[in-house]
Amino acid sequence: MSQNSATQQIYLETIAAAGKRAPAGMPAWISELQARAASRFAEVGFPAAQQEEWKYTDVGPIARAGFTPAPKGLNGVDITGLEGFLFEDLSCHRLVFVNGYYAPALSQLGGLPAGVTVSGLADALSERPETLEAYLGRCLPDASHGFTALNSALLADGAFVHLSRGVSLEQPIHILYVTTDEAEAMLMQPRNLIVAEPGSQATLIEHYVANGEAAYWTNTLTEVVAEVSASVTHYRLQEEGPRAFHVGGLHVNLDRDSRFTSHGIDLGGRLVRNDLRSVLDAEGAECHLNGLSVLGGRQHVDNHTHIDHASPRGTSREFYKGILDGRARGVFHGRIVVHPHAQHSDAEQLNHNLLLSRDAEADSKPQLEIYADDVKCSHGATVGQLDADALFYLRSRAMDEAAARDLLTYAFARDVLQRIGLEPVRLQLERRLARGLLHGRDTKELELA
Amino acid sequence: MATADQKIDALIKRDYQAGFVTELEADAVPAGLDEGTIRVISAKKNEPAFMLAWRLRAYRHWLTMTTPQWAHVHYPPIDYQDIVYYSAPKSGKDGPTSLDEVDPKLLETYEKLGIPLKEQEMLAGVAVDAVFDSVSVATTFKEKLGELGIVFCSFSEAVREHPALVEQYLGSVVPHTDNFYAALNSAVFSDGSFVYVPKGVRCPMELSTYFRINASNTGQFERTLIIAEEGAYVSYLEGCTAPMRDENQLHAAVVELVALKDAQIKYSTVQNWYPGDEEGRGGIYNFVTKRGACRGANAKISWTQVETGSAITWKYPSVILEADNSVGEFYSVALTNNRQQADTGTKMVHIGSNTRSTIISKGISAGRGQNTYRGLVKILKGAENARNYTQCDSLLMGDQCGAHTFPYIEVKNPTAKVEHEATTSKISEDQLFYLIQRGLSAEDAVSMIVNGFCKAVFKELPMEFAVEAQKLLGISLEGAVG
Repeated sequence: MSQNSATQQIYLETIAAAGKRAPAGMPAWISELQARAASRFAEVGFPAAQQEEWKYTDVGPIARAGFTPAPKGLNGVDITGLEGFLFEDLSCHRLVFVNGYYAPALSQLGGLPAGVTVSGLADALSERPETLEAYLGRCLPDASHGFTALNSALLADGAFVHLSRGVSLEQPIHILYVTTDEAEAMLMQPRNLIVAEPGSQATLIEHYVANGEAAYWTNTLTEVVAEVSASVTHYRLQEEGPRAFHVGGLHVNLDRDSRFTSHGIDLGGRLVRNDLRSVLDAEGAECHLNGLSVLGGRQHVDNHTHIDHASPRGTSREFYKGILDGRARGVFHGRIVVHPHAQHSDAEQLNHNLLLSRDAEADSKPQLEIYADDVKCSHGATVGQLDADALFYLRSRAMDEAAARDLLTYAFARDVLQRIGLEPVRLQLERRLARGLLHGRDTKELELA
Repeated sequence: MATADQKIDALIKRDYQAGFVTELEADAVPAGLDEGTIRVISAKKNEPAFMLAWRLRAYRHWLTMTTPQWAHVHYPPIDYQDIVYYSAPKSGKDGPTSLDEVDPKLLETYEKLGIPLKEQEMLAGVAVDAVFDSVSVATTFKEKLGELGIVFCSFSEAVREHPALVEQYLGSVVPHTDNFYAALNSAVFSDGSFVYVPKGVRCPMELSTYFRINASNTGQFERTLIIAEEGAYVSYLEGCTAPMRDENQLHAAVVELVALKDAQIKYSTVQNWYPGDEEGRGGIYNFVTKRGACRGANAKISWTQVETGSAITWKYPSVILEADNSVGEFYSVALTNNRQQADTGTKMVHIGSNTRSTIISKGISAGRGQNTYRGLVKILKGAENARNYTQCDSLLMGDQCGAHTFPYIEVKNPTAKVEHEATTSKISEDQLFYLIQRGLSAEDAVSMIVNGFCKAVFKELPMEFAVEAQKLLGISLEGAVG
């Protein structure tokens, strides 16, 4: 604990220093927001393992390491260096961030329809502060944990997407966060704000990748505001470097008849924690959360989801799967709260885990808190291994044991991937998984299927 | 439906039926807790030195602990210096040696509760160890059990007569450091039941204890220890009541079960402590630690509980499946009405290979009741082919109650198979309408639906208990449909 408070002190000094460096034109409300967050961070610090919400994830390695905020600069990334991270055959708008800062030279924002704003958050802060003031920080819970507070306190840049009333964005927005080799021991802090005005529609892909094997820490935070009848589809593809730490927050506020779909895919990172909180704030809101973690080595991924049915007639569907090999540990904590008066809420949650190795561990904590009576709520959680009958069937078809196991594991993962609507993204993920799970076996037939 | 609902309302708005107070002279130590209190309790019970040392160790550890905050229950802080830690009915001499010597007023109390000791001794064939406030009043059927080598007596008696067994097993399942309330219990426990079933013996009758808190401001801290030697079988029943009082009373019990090779222990509870009135005044705080250990291969421990009483229930009967092929079961019906709160469930810790566990939990919330299932299924690394199945269903009656499910699943072995499912629903108007139009009264209709909901658990109870449990459920559901 003492070591934690020591690094906490270092971060507080960093926050103070950042405050002094802040550009002169910054609106006052932003410094107030940062000051509030700084005092919140000073109060709570890093979460401790004794806290119920952090029972299975020890963030000691992050708290002790003492990362420094990454400086601005391209660090030698050019467009050719990005090719490996782009999706084949996906026509999209592209926002690129290098070490947490918007890189306009690498981004591609041509052809945006009228009524759509896509930019870096720092630019948006100087260009249209009044829009940001109305939304920034509004989705966050009052009692946020230390990581959220730290992100707000050091808020500098990120993605800003604004959809005016009734606008439907055809092409998805690919938001790529590249961390370079130079980022060893550095902290990346993207802060994203997505605002969808009534009746608008968009698809976004938050994509975290590393250009090298540095040990860095990404502490990202995204707020999504979906107003009346808006529809937002959000992808979070986490392919951080093998030594990276990743803490992600996704806070969603849903207005009447709006719809939010999330696909969270975790493949990379050494220690990862994702908090997804979705508030169904008005009647008829709908929320679909899908998740997949495919882990090996000493990876640790903790997915916390929290769905608040705060109004009547909300629907939520949650489907998370984990494949754990090596010494990996997968944690799932899904909390669904149906508030008093949120009658006719309909919530369904499923979490399935596949343990492939003797040293892997799965911890699952599905949680229902129901304070209204006329509701339909269920959850299910399983931990197990491949079905013996299915294995036998494949073996009887002359497939060797290893191949049969790989194929069934792949099928287990594909259950989640099949829910992905963007075909180029789905195919790329399937290929990537096939490479990992099928050990280079011929996957042509699988791709065709 | 309004008229039908009103009818149900009136029909089942009944008072707590075990809420009478028996006027008895009691031998009690003054309220408050320090080492002196513990020495007095130990001295009053003529305990050997090891017991006092153990109590003091537990007390000193308790001082370092803080009240657990994680449970989904809310109550004002308890003043532990305001509790009477020992209260015994003054029955003249050292203790009754047969039923005839028991204070007739006490026997009357039990008759009101529906367990006439004499009748039971003769007709029902149930051996009863009745615990009144803190001491064991009488134990029936002792002789008959003695012939088989079965020891069934009060805990104080066991400490005097079988100190070796007590010293060996006391605290071996629930150590005095386990949790706040278990530590408190270890320091101040006054009595309880002790059962020892020797090797290869099948206990021919159901053993039963009835607990009752009578004196006001009294905490009841009983301790039960059941040991089943190799190949033994025992079925144990426990029932609880308390008089109606405005203040809250604390009940912090500890139950330890030890099942050796091929042994089977079946532990059934019907808990009907005073739940407080409609506004949540008074009632028992039932903070209980119950745990069993399967210490030998093929051992089996089965918990069945029907929890209808108490203002707050905080209770997790657990099984530590240490040995290969051992089996743990947990069947529970928990009902909360008015302002009752229950945070109950189980822990199944799989350590041995081929260990199996089943959890069936049925929660019923009515009025402003808050009902939480909290359960842990933990599969350790060495537990090959472990298997768990968990089913938690909640039934909601009324729009101000709550039903919550907090399962914890931790799996460290890839051969394990763990399944958990939970549903939440309410009694539908359609179901009610169907039964009523078939000529059933509204009350019978509700009771039929609720009993159907709980059937999977009731069928695990011994017969007499199942009948009692069904009746209890009907009584407890006052004002539930509305």
